[in-house]
Amino acid sequence: MTTHALEHREVGGPLMTPAYRWLLLVVLLGALTLAWRFVNGIGSVAALNNGYPWGVWIAIDVVVGTALGCGGYAVALLVYILNKGRYHPLVRPAILTSMLGYGLAVIAVACDLGRFWDLWKVPIFFWRWSHSPQLEVAICVMLYNFVLVAELAPAFLEKWAKSSNSGLASFSQRTLKVLESGAVWILALGMLLPTMHQSSLGTMMLLPGPRMHPLWFTPWLPFLFLVNCLMLGYAIVVIESVFSARAFRVHHDDDMVAAIGRVAMGVSLFWVAFRIGDAAIAGKLPLAFSGRGWFFVAEIVVQLAGALMLATDAMRRSPMWQVRSALLLIAGGALFRVNTYLIAFQPGAQWSYFPAIPELLITFGIIALEVALYIAAVKRFPILSGVTETSSRSHA
Amino acid sequence: MKVSRRSVLKVLAAAAVSTAASAVPAIARERKVAPAKAIGMLYDSTRCIGCKACVAACSEANHLEPDRSGIADGLHLAPVDLNGRTKNIIKFCQDGEQQSFVKSQCMHCIDPGCASACMLHSLHKNERTGVVEYDPQWCVGCRYCQMACPFNVPKFEFHKALPKIVKCELCRHRVQDAAVAGADGFTRYPRGQGPACCEVCPRSAVIYGSREELLAEAHRRIAESPNKYYQGRVYGEKELGGTQVLYLSHMPFAKLGLPEFGDKPSPDVAYTVQEGIYRGFIAPLALYGALAAMVMKNKKSAESGDGAKGGRS
Repeated sequence: MTTHALEHREVGGPLMTPAYRWLLLVVLLGALTLAWRFVNGIGSVAALNNGYPWGVWIAIDVVVGTALGCGGYAVALLVYILNKGRYHPLVRPAILTSMLGYGLAVIAVACDLGRFWDLWKVPIFFWRWSHSPQLEVAICVMLYNFVLVAELAPAFLEKWAKSSNSGLASFSQRTLKVLESGAVWILALGMLLPTMHQSSLGTMMLLPGPRMHPLWFTPWLPFLFLVNCLMLGYAIVVIESVFSARAFRVHHDDDMVAAIGRVAMGVSLFWVAFRIGDAAIAGKLPLAFSGRGWFFVAEIVVQLAGALMLATDAMRRSPMWQVRSALLLIAGGALFRVNTYLIAFQPGAQWSYFPAIPELLITFGIIALEVALYIAAVKRFPILSGVTETSSRSHA
Repeated sequence: MKVSRRSVLKVLAAAAVSTAASAVPAIARERKVAPAKAIGMLYDSTRCIGCKACVAACSEANHLEPDRSGIADGLHLAPVDLNGRTKNIIKFCQDGEQQSFVKSQCMHCIDPGCASACMLHSLHKNERTGVVEYDPQWCVGCRYCQMACPFNVPKFEFHKALPKIVKCELCRHRVQDAAVAGADGFTRYPRGQGPACCEVCPRSAVIYGSREELLAEAHRRIAESPNKYYQGRVYGEKELGGTQVLYLSHMPFAKLGLPEFGDKPSPDVAYTVQEGIYRGFIAPLALYGALAAMVMKNKKSAESGDGAKGGRS
C-alpha cells in the first residue's frame, strides 16, 4: 500500500436520526435536573453528605472525564515528541474528544461547586493563590480549555475560510495564519498543562492522608495519575477510531489502530508493574486481599485482562479485540481514579454514600451531551481523516 | 514502523523525572508552630456532665438555625452530629464499663489540612490568634476542606441554594476588646466576647485561654492526679503537629472519636510532593521549553505524515 494523501473531511449525512433524538432526551433530562439543583441546592438532587462531600460528579465527571479527554494529549506526545507522524490523522478527532471531555468537566465542576458564582475569582485574584494542589488543577484546566479551542479551531476555520461570506472568510484566513505562527507554543502548552494538572489530580488526594486507605496513599500518586491518563488517552483513541470507522464508514486504518493499541498495552503494563512494585516496596501488598483492598486487585486484574487481549498481532488487528481490550483498559484505568476519590476515602463508619438517581441523571446528561456534540461536529466539520477517493478504492 | 518500546519508555521516563521530586525527602516542609498569642480551648472529659448547655449556647451565639432533627417530635434542640446547623456537639461514648461524654468542634490545628486545601485562603489561620477562620467571600464551595480535614469538622449547607461552609471559629465574631489576664489567671476576653461554650459551661469542663496556659493547666491536672488521665497525655499537644483545642480524658482518645494520627501534620505529604514539583515553577518552565523545542524540531515531518521514524514503510 502506498502512502496516500490524507485529508480531513466532514462525514455529512442527516443529524436527527432516532438514536440522536434519544441522546438529546437524556441531555434534556440532565439539564432539567441541573436547573433544579441550582434552584434548590446540591442536597436536593445528590446523595452527597458531610461525610462524603465528593461523589460521582467529581470522581466520574471530572476526574475520569478529563482523563478520557487525554486522547489529544496522548496522541500529541506520540506525534510531536516521539515524531511518529503516521498518527497525525488521529490528532484532530482526539483533540475534539479532549475538548468535549474537558469542556463538560467544567459543567460538572460548575454543578458541583456550592458557590459557583465565586469561581471567577480564582484565576483573577492571583495574589490570594494558595499552594493547594486543587488550585493548580483549576488554573491548568481553565487554561487548557483555551489551548484546546486554539488547537481545534482550524477544523472550523478551514470550513469558514471557504465561506461565501467574504468577511467570515477573510477573518478565518487571518486567524488561521495567526494560529499557524504560534502553533509550536500552543502545541507545547497543550502537552505541558495536562502533564501538570493530571499529576496534580493525584497530589490532591494526598491531602486527606490520614483518612485514605494506605493502598491509595502513596507519594507516587501524581505519577500514577499521569501514566494512567496517557493509557486512558490511547485507549479512548482506539475506541474512537473503531467506532468512527463503523458508524461513519470512515476508512479504518487497521495498522495504525493496532499500533496505538500496542502503545496503550505497553503503558498499561508499565503502570501495573509500577503500581504493584510501589505497594510491595511500601509493604502494603498484604492489605490488597481484604476489605477495600480488593478494589486494588480489581484495578490491576481488569487492566491486565485488557492488556493481554492485545498480546498477539492477530488480536491487535481485530477491531473486535481492539474494542474489548480498550473498554477493559478504560474500565480498569477509570476504576483506579474512582477508587482513589471515593473507595479509598474513609470518613468513618457512620457515613455512607451511593449516588442518587437525579445526581446520576446529571452525569448521564453530561455524557450524552458529549456524545451528541461529537457526532454533530464530525458530521458537519472536517475532523475525521478520510482517504482520497482513489486510494480508498484501491484499499477496498 | 511501530512505536518502539524504547520510545514509550522514554516518554514515561521523562514523566517520571518531572514527578520524581516527590520522592526527595530533602524538601521536607518547615514545621509550623502556634502563634505566641494563640487562643485555644481545653476540654476535660472527667468534668463534663453532658448537660449540653454549650451546644445551646453555641447555636445561639452563632445565630444558627436550631437543628431539631435528632428527636422525632421536633421540640428539642437535638443535633446528632456536627452539620450545617451545628458547630459544637456533645456526644456520649461507651467502651465496656467505661463511659464518657466528648465535645467536638473545630480543633484549630496549628497546621490545618482545610486551609492547605483552600484555593484562595477562604479558610485561613489568623496570624495572631491562630483561629482557623472562614471568609465566604473567597469560597467557591468546592468542599475540598471537608475532604482534607482529618477530624471531619467543616460542614456544608447541602440544602441551601446559596450555601456556605459552617465550622467553629472560636466565636471570633463576638470579640471586640483585647484579651487580658482574667481573675482565674487565663487569658480572657470581657464576658460575652469569649467562646460561648466555655462561658456557659457550669463545670468548667471546657475552658479557654492561650494555648500555652491551657497546656500548662492540663499538665498540672495530670501531675495532680497521675492515674486519672489516659496515658497521662494531652491530646492535641503533638497530634498532627499540634492543635489549639486540647483534650484530657479518662478513656482512650480513639474511643472518643479522636484518632491516633501521629505527630506529622496532615498536609505534609501533599506539600512535600507539590513543592517538590513546583518549587519556583522551574520544573514546569523547563519542561515547557523542552516540549516546545521538540515540537519545533518534529512538527514539519510529523505533520507531513513521515516523521523520522514514524513514516509508513
